[in-house]
Amino acid sequence: MSSNPTSSSPVKSTGLHTGAIKPGVAKKDPILIADHVKRQFGGLVAVDVEHVEIPRNAITALIGPNGAGKTTFFNLLTGFDTPNEGTWSFNGKSLAKVSAFKVARMGLIRTFQLTKALGLLTVMDNMKLGSTSQPGERLGASLFPFVWKKKDREIDDKAMDLLKRFKLDAKKDDFAASLSGGQRKLLEMARALMTDPELVMLDEPMAGVNPALTESLLEHILGLKKAGMTVLFVEHDMHMVRHIADWVIVMAEGRVVAEGDPHEVMKNPAVIDAYLGSHQDTDLGAVTGRITLPKLPKEK
Amino acid sequence: MDFVGILLSSLSFLLDPTTIAYALATLGLALHFGFGGLLNMGMAGFMALGAYGYAIGILYFGLPWYLAAFVGIGAAIVFALILGIPTLRLRGDYLAIVTIAAAEIVRLLLLSSAFGWFTGSADGLSGFNGPGGTVTNPHEGAGGFDQSNPIPDGTYGFVPFLDNERTWYLRIVGLSILAIAIFVVWRLVNSPWGRVIKGIREDEDAVRSLGKNVFAYKMQVLVIGGVIGALGGLMLAFSTNVNSSVYVTSLTFFLWTALLLGGAATVFGPLAGSIIFWVLQAFLGLLFPALAKAGLMPFTTIQASQVKFVIVGFALVLLVVFRPQGLFGSKKELTFVK
Amino acid sequence: MRRGVHRLVSALGAVFLAFGILALATPAHADVVNPEMPFKISGNVQNNGEPIGGVTITVTGAAGFTATVPTDADGKFTVGVPEKSADYTVTLDETTLPEGIAVVDNPATPFVEANVQAVTVGPGGRSTMNFFIGQGERHTVSIADQIVQRLISGLNFGLMLALASVGLSLIYGTTGISNFAHAEMVTFGAVATFALVQLFGPAMLWLAIPLALVLSAGLGWGLDAALWAPLRRRGMGLVQLMIVSIGLSLGIRYLYQFFIGGSTEQLPGSDAERFKLFGTVTLSFTDILSMALSVLLIVVFAWWLTFTKIGKATRAISDNPSLAAASGIDVDGVVRIVWIIGSLLAGFSGILWAYFRPGIRWDMGGQILLLIFAATTLGGLGTAYGALIGSIIVGILVESSSLIIPSDLKYVGALVVLIGILLFRPQGILGRKERVG
Repeated sequence: MSSNPTSSSPVKSTGLHTGAIKPGVAKKDPILIADHVKRQFGGLVAVDVEHVEIPRNAITALIGPNGAGKTTFFNLLTGFDTPNEGTWSFNGKSLAKVSAFKVARMGLIRTFQLTKALGLLTVMDNMKLGSTSQPGERLGASLFPFVWKKKDREIDDKAMDLLKRFKLDAKKDDFAASLSGGQRKLLEMARALMTDPELVMLDEPMAGVNPALTESLLEHILGLKKAGMTVLFVEHDMHMVRHIADWVIVMAEGRVVAEGDPHEVMKNPAVIDAYLGSHQDTDLGAVTGRITLPKLPKEK
Repeated sequence: MDFVGILLSSLSFLLDPTTIAYALATLGLALHFGFGGLLNMGMAGFMALGAYGYAIGILYFGLPWYLAAFVGIGAAIVFALILGIPTLRLRGDYLAIVTIAAAEIVRLLLLSSAFGWFTGSADGLSGFNGPGGTVTNPHEGAGGFDQSNPIPDGTYGFVPFLDNERTWYLRIVGLSILAIAIFVVWRLVNSPWGRVIKGIREDEDAVRSLGKNVFAYKMQVLVIGGVIGALGGLMLAFSTNVNSSVYVTSLTFFLWTALLLGGAATVFGPLAGSIIFWVLQAFLGLLFPALAKAGLMPFTTIQASQVKFVIVGFALVLLVVFRPQGLFGSKKELTFVK
Repeated sequence: MRRGVHRLVSALGAVFLAFGILALATPAHADVVNPEMPFKISGNVQNNGEPIGGVTITVTGAAGFTATVPTDADGKFTVGVPEKSADYTVTLDETTLPEGIAVVDNPATPFVEANVQAVTVGPGGRSTMNFFIGQGERHTVSIADQIVQRLISGLNFGLMLALASVGLSLIYGTTGISNFAHAEMVTFGAVATFALVQLFGPAMLWLAIPLALVLSAGLGWGLDAALWAPLRRRGMGLVQLMIVSIGLSLGIRYLYQFFIGGSTEQLPGSDAERFKLFGTVTLSFTDILSMALSVLLIVVFAWWLTFTKIGKATRAISDNPSLAAASGIDVDGVVRIVWIIGSLLAGFSGILWAYFRPGIRWDMGGQILLLIFAATTLGGLGTAYGALIGSIIVGILVESSSLIIPSDLKYVGALVVLIGILLFRPQGILGRKERVG
C-alpha cells in the first residue's frame, strides 16, 4: 500500500508507560489489562499473553506477522472467543465469561477484519442499529411506534451527523451491499461510533482500502482520540503505525514480544526476529524500505 | 370435461379455511427465515402442536374452545424454547436439521400407539368442535367452536363461495386471525426490533459486536414465528379433525414453496404465495385427472393426480434458482442469508 | 417377485379351508379397530375349534402403522388397515393365552415363529390370518437372544445406513450442500433394480443389481452435470442449495410414485429362508450377503479415500476448498467424482434397504433420510469415517431401542440422540471443534 503522509502531523501522546520499557510494561492509566490469557486450538497455542496493558486515550497499534494471534487476541478480549485460561479487565471490571454483547455494552466496541456491513440493510439502518438503549428494540415496545418514534428521530439525527463526517450521507438510503470495500470500512467504523464507545478496537481497518480512502480513515482514527476515545488497532503497514500510533505492541507466535514507542520498537531485535526470523514470507513490503533495519546476527 | 367446474372449485380455495391456515404458517416461516434468517424446517411440528394442543385442551381438560386455543399456543412456545436453547447458538444449517428432526419426533409421538389413549394414534382426534363434551366428562364442557358461531344456519354467498354458515364462520375467524397476525408482523419488522433481527439475518456477529443480545432476539423470533405457525394449526383444527398424517415433513416443504413463491422477506408475500400455491394445487389436482379421464393425457387418473406434486418439487428448484426473491419481493431486498 | 407372497397366501388359504370354514360362517361380532380404514385384516384364534377370547393381537405395517386388538368371545379380531397391496405383520401375544398352550408351529417353516405371521392385504383389500393353538412350546425369547438378534440386525441396518451417509458426508464436505435429495438417490438404486428385474425377469437379479449401480452412478453424474455444477459456478449460497435439494427431493420422490404407484413391491429373494444361528437368533442369507457386501464396499471406499490421488484430493477439498484449489487440485472434477461415488453408494444402500424393510416404495429413502442425517451429524459433518461410525451407532440404537420403547417409536430415539449430540458436541464424534484461521 503506498500512501502519502497526511499533511498535518498528529499530536502524539507520550509518557504512557511507567518504568523500563519491556513486554508487558505497566501503563500510567490503563483502560484494558490482560493477564495470562491463553488460547489453544488442539495442540497449537494461538495466544499466550503473559501481561499487557492498553493505555487510555491513546492510539495503540497491535502488530505482528501473520498467524501471530492478533485477531484471536481481539476475539478473546471482546468475548467472541473464550480463552483456556487467563483474566482480563476493562476499566477495572473483569471481562472473563462476559458474553460479547455485554462487553460491547460496557463500551468496548470492535470491528472485524472482514468487514461486516449488513448488506441488505440500508446504510442508515446500519447506522441506527449501532445506537444503544433504544426502547423500540424491545419486543413489547416495538409494536407501539409512539413509544419509540421520538428516540428514533434523535438517533436519525445523530446518524446523519456521523454519516456526514464520514462522507456517506449521500448513500444513506442505499443498501450497504452496494458500497465499495473502503466505504464499508468507513460505515463499520461510523456504526461503531453510534454506540458511544470508550475503547474502539479496529481489526485491520486499512486492509483492502484504496489509497484515497486510507487518508480519510487515518484522519478518522485520529479523530476518535481527539474525541476522547481510546483506540486499539491491528495493522500490518508499519508506515501507518508509525504515523498515527502512540504506542506499539508487537505479537509473534501468540506472545507479546515487544512494546514501545513506534519509532523505537522496530529497532528491537525481538521484533526483527519475529518479522524476519520466523516468518520470512510475511508482508515485508510494509516493513522494508520504510525503516532501516539494523543487521543483527541471530543470536539467543 | 367440466372445465368451468374445475376452475370454480379451484377458485373456492381462494378463501378456503385451509388456505388461510397455510397462509398463517407461511407467515410464521417468513418471520423466521425471511426476516430473522432462521432455517426452520419443522413448521409442521409447530402446526401439529397448535392443533393437538387445542383438541386435547377441549377433550381432556374440558376447556372452552377459546381457552383450549391457548394450550395449543403454549405447546408451540414450549417447543420453540426447547428447540432454541440448544440450537440457536449453532450454525444455521444445524437449526434446519434439528427442527426437521424435532417435527418428526412430534409427529411420531402423536402417531405412536403408545400414547394412543391420549392422541388417538393413527386415528387422530375428533369431535372437539361439536357440542360441549369431553372424553373425561362427557356431559360437561362449555360449548365448542361450532356453538360460538353467531351466523344462523343456511347457505350464503355466491359461486364459488357458496357455503354454509360453518364455513363462513371459519373464514371470518381465520381472516381475522390472519389480519391481526399480518399487522403484528408488519409492525414488528418495521420497528427498531425488526432492524435488529434483519441485522442478525445478515451477520449476527456484527450485531453482537454492537451490544445486542443476539440469542434473545433469535429466541423471540423463533417463538413468535412458531406461535403464528401454531395459529395455522389451530385454524386447521377449527375446520376439521386433527390427524398426525397431515403434519408431515412434506407439509413444511410445501409451506417453504409457498413462502418463496410469494417472497420470503415480505409481509404480504406469504399470503399471496399461499393463495397461489393452494389454488394452483387444487386446480392441477382436478385438471390433470380430468384430462386423463378425457383421454387427453397418457396417464391413469391416479398418476395424473400425483403429477402436481412433481411439478411442485421442480417449481421449487426453478424458483430458488431463477427468482429467489419470489414473485412479489424486490430483487434487492431479499435474497438469502449466506 | 410375488411368488413368495403367493405361496404364503395359498398356504394360508389351504389351512384356512381345512379349519376355518365353520368359524367364518358365523356372523362376525369381532372387536374392530380402525373401522374407518378402508381395508381389513381379520382372523380367528382357536384351540381345537374352541374360540379363545381376550388374546392380544398386534398388526404392524409400513410407515409406522400399528394397531392392537383383543379377540372377542368368538375368538375373532378385525383390524382396519390403511393400505391394500401391502404387507403387514400380525403378532399374537402368547402371554395372553391361557396356561399351557401356544401357537402351533407350521412344520413347513420350522424357524418362523408361529405367533408372528406376515400377511399381505391383496388388491381386494381384505385378508384373513388365523392362529391355531395347541399344546406346544411358547415362543418366549430369552433377553440375551433378543439382544443378540437386535445387535445383528442393528449392525446390518447401520452398515446399510453407512453406505448412504458416507456419500452424504463427502458431498457435504466438498460442496457444503445438505443434500435432502440423497433420500431419492437411495430410492433410485432400489427402483432401478426393480425396473430391471421387471425387464429381464427375476432370474437375472445378478445382472440387475450391478446395472442398477451403474445407473445410480450415472444419476450422480447427471445431477452434478445438469444442476449442481452450474449452480456452483453461479456461486449460489448454501441455504439456497439446500432448498434446491429439497425441491429436487420432492420432485423426484413424486416422480417415483407416479411410475411405481403407492404400493410396496418386493425384489426377488426378499423371502429368503431364515436359518437358526443359535438359541432363537436367526439370520437369512440376504442378511449375511448384505452385511458382507456393505463391509466390502466400505473397505474399498476407505481405501479409495485414503490412498488414491483423487481420494486424497477429496479430503483436501473437505478440509479447505480454497487452499485445495490454489494448490492445483481440479475441484470441479473431484466434486463430480464425489457425486458419482456418493450416488453409487446411496443406490447400493437403497437396494439393501429394499431387502431390509423389506420392499420397495416410492418414499423408502425419505423414511431413513433423517437417520442418515443423524448418522452424519453424529460422526461429524463432512467426515466420511465419522459418518461410518455414526451410522453403525444409529443403526444399532434404532434396532435395539425397540427392546425398551414401543417399536413405532424406534426412530424417535435416534432423532433425540441427534438433537442431544448437537447440544453437547455439535462437531460430532470425529469432527474438529475449531481450526486455526
